[in-house]
Amino acid sequence: MSLSVTLAHYLAVSGVVFGIGIAVALGKRNAIAVLMGVELMLNAANLALLAFSRFGAAFEAGDAPLAGHAFVVFVLTVAAAEAAVALAMAVLVYRHRETIELDRINLMRW
Amino acid sequence: MESTGIIIGFWALAGLTVGSAALVFVVRNLLHAVLALVLSFMGMAGLFLTLSADFIAMAQVLIYAGAISVLLVFAVMLTPLASRDNGNSLFALPGLAIGGAFALLLMFLAVDVDWPELRDAALADRAFADTIEAVGRSLVDRYAFAFQVASALLLVALIGAIALVREDGAP
Repeated sequence: MSLSVTLAHYLAVSGVVFGIGIAVALGKRNAIAVLMGVELMLNAANLALLAFSRFGAAFEAGDAPLAGHAFVVFVLTVAAAEAAVALAMAVLVYRHRETIELDRINLMRW
Repeated sequence: MESTGIIIGFWALAGLTVGSAALVFVVRNLLHAVLALVLSFMGMAGLFLTLSADFIAMAQVLIYAGAISVLLVFAVMLTPLASRDNGNSLFALPGLAIGGAFALLLMFLAVDVDWPELRDAALADRAFADTIEAVGRSLVDRYAFAFQVASALLLVALIGAIALVREDGAP
């Protein structure tokens, strides 16, 4: 058995982190913890993109050798914007309800 | 990627990343969960380095481990009366089941599919000494429009976040 690190290793790590992200995002009561789960999932996607960019032979790299890297830059940008807006919403909900526990935020209006 | 350093580095960083990501679910204190998340981000940045993605690894440390974690701590500190525990909701068990099923499925796919991947000499051929120049050039050339849209998105998110949390009557 060869010990070299291959694409499958990185994809497996990415899959496990993505699964943990799902579990955190679905299973946590606190809105901030749910956001942490979403960030984990985005990070796992970044790892898969970079692994394919490094190992992939499915397409000719030729004129865009780092397309995966450029994609990850945009994922990072969107993740930062999403975190800022989501946390602002958490603070706004807290002002009205004094809680950010998602199972106690169950009114459509207040 | 057969050198001993890469193999040891990969397994150590993968263990750190997955272990501290699991800690985010396990620990009972929200601030401890944020710290575990930062550790996971740092391990992920190390994994990016083993993929010769030096610019992305640096951006990961700056944006995720720096900015987003500070934002998370801010959000925890701005909600002082909310509970600080990292408790599970009613969906904890279904969530764990779905997450575990996804992880198993993705691991199975990763191992079972015969990916058209580069090996040995061809892989070493594609190694980048540094990616910063190439990524920077592609951002202002091939992806210039997407780059503009991303900057507009960041501006809108910035204004939106300020507008959301602004007190009524504040200047």
